[in-house]
Amino acid sequence: MEVRRLGRVDYADALELQKALVDQRKQGLILDQLLLLEHPDVITLGVTARGDRSHVLATPEALEAAGVPLFDTGRGGDVTYHGPGQLVGYPIFDLKPDRCDVHRYVRDLEEALIRAVAAFGIRAGRVTGLTGIWVGPEGRETKLAAIGVRISRWVTSHGFALNVSTDLSRFGLIVPCGIADRGVTSMAEQLGRDLRMAEVEDTVIAAFSDVF
Amino acid sequence: MATNVVMPQMGESIAEGTIVRWIKKIGDNVDRDEPLFEISTDKVDAEIPSPGAGVLTEIKVKEGETVPVNSVVAVIGAAGEKPAVSEPAPKPSEMPEAAAGQPEAAPAVAAVVAEARRPESMDDLRRQKSSPLVRRIAAEHNIDIGQINGTGISGRVTKHDILGFIDTAGKTARPTPAPGVQVPAFKPGERVEIVPMTIMRKKIAEHMLASAHTSPHVYSVYEVDFHRLSQLRDKKKGEYERNGAKLSYTALIAKATVDAVRAFPFTNASIDGDNIVYKKDINLGIAVALDQGLLVPVIRNADEKNLLGLARAIEDLAARARTKKLNPEEVQGGTFTITNPGIFGAVYGLPLINQPQVAILGVGVIEKRAVVVNDAIAIHPTCHISLGYDHRLIDGADAGRFLASLKERLENFDESWM
Repeated sequence: MEVRRLGRVDYADALELQKALVDQRKQGLILDQLLLLEHPDVITLGVTARGDRSHVLATPEALEAAGVPLFDTGRGGDVTYHGPGQLVGYPIFDLKPDRCDVHRYVRDLEEALIRAVAAFGIRAGRVTGLTGIWVGPEGRETKLAAIGVRISRWVTSHGFALNVSTDLSRFGLIVPCGIADRGVTSMAEQLGRDLRMAEVEDTVIAAFSDVF
Repeated sequence: MATNVVMPQMGESIAEGTIVRWIKKIGDNVDRDEPLFEISTDKVDAEIPSPGAGVLTEIKVKEGETVPVNSVVAVIGAAGEKPAVSEPAPKPSEMPEAAAGQPEAAPAVAAVVAEARRPESMDDLRRQKSSPLVRRIAAEHNIDIGQINGTGISGRVTKHDILGFIDTAGKTARPTPAPGVQVPAFKPGERVEIVPMTIMRKKIAEHMLASAHTSPHVYSVYEVDFHRLSQLRDKKKGEYERNGAKLSYTALIAKATVDAVRAFPFTNASIDGDNIVYKKDINLGIAVALDQGLLVPVIRNADEKNLLGLARAIEDLAARARTKKLNPEEVQGGTFTITNPGIFGAVYGLPLINQPQVAILGVGVIEKRAVVVNDAIAIHPTCHISLGYDHRLIDGADAGRFLASLKERLENFDESWM
């Protein structure tokens, strides 16, 4: 697995880069890649939300005024928000020949993230039926990281968005992942202190190396 | 002939899938492996390639609908076919990959599904359920995970279990040795340099090992007199150059080979279980040596090209193989391969078959040798051609007939073919 730390990248540019890398991965020209980056403010619609914007609460005008563009993407899942302070990870992994199982892949992503945040003393877990990683007491969990994946011939793209020190008020523009009754949280909120993004990246890379 | 497209199984615990988008519409032409539709399950969206080529004649499952795995979601008809008509019973010869007695099964979908379907013995379940870390430890220590009693969820072997097993095994027993004699690649203290294999090297290693395991290889070698061929080549070289093509021996040999392959269909076949699959298209692979590794670009429908077309295609593919500008589909789908072990002077080579093909032609060095012509000694350029073939399908006599025919075609190369 090769890791690319890209810093802040526009959503559209990251989409292009992923597309190119997926092609190269399919041809066996490159190894498995883990892209780590941040996006400027953006709201993205997954496949589930295609053609249905009811989970985007803000009006198009309000979004434009806030300077938040809207993107239709090919990943799985509903609506999400990306922005500064959020660590976005796009694994471009070839799951062939022995990892061809989408559930297992998603569970493995969750496992890596759970381990990564555990290194900072945050106890996160899964909520059955709701992909992502969550913290808090049962029934009142808030979402720490979102997951949305695309697979083409068992090569993965898109991935996860881990709230490190995200401005959580930005999620007010949407219903995250189409789940109306659950909130979002960040590592900074959980710990009551700010974190260095590079430090979180290091931990995530270590956790990915362990799990994948 | 119609091909049913089924909902693929994307994981062992996945029983159904939702179609979120049809990339193709009814009446659209589709190529095999071209993205056909997208499915969604558990926050994962997957693009599903078409199992065959033809026209999308029927969509049985609409966008947004969820159906069980293996349900038929669409039908692909032969090119030019009208949507949704009743199909005549498919002939076996036209359904090379379908399982016998299951004319309904869509050929390549079987492959798609097979990719996702898992064996289900307890050992297999344990192996699948163990984490990548555990599997890696198991591989490093050469341990069969099935031997370990897992204490994790549903018998899953945890890291703790496997480390415990290694600890105990170290004291009481040795790990199961791999089959065959394992000689260490180097001894401690030996002066070595360790370089990880490139991806291409790894792929070649996998393919070659698989080929050696799959096909019982047998070889026949013939000497061919190139006297006439070299004279024809000298005579026509200039004309071809003016047409922008290099009249190489490879092109001449390719032309004669394609004609011979067409005359002997068993050389253009594959084995599928107990069935022999005769390929109607002759897609000729030409092995190209690179600085590191090799590639086998494929000339599709090589039998439909004349010598000029073949010469151009060979030059183009070889050049693009060396500059790494081939598209993935240009190295796939070959049905017969020519390789050139003579390039550095080998008299002949004994190449391994490029699976799932059943034969490969090796071309040795072309050099002047003393030959007997009408009971006199003459000096002619000659070449040794070798055929590596899969004895499951091709017997020595068959290979002999094919090579004799190829020799005849090369020695008496018809000027009208040029």
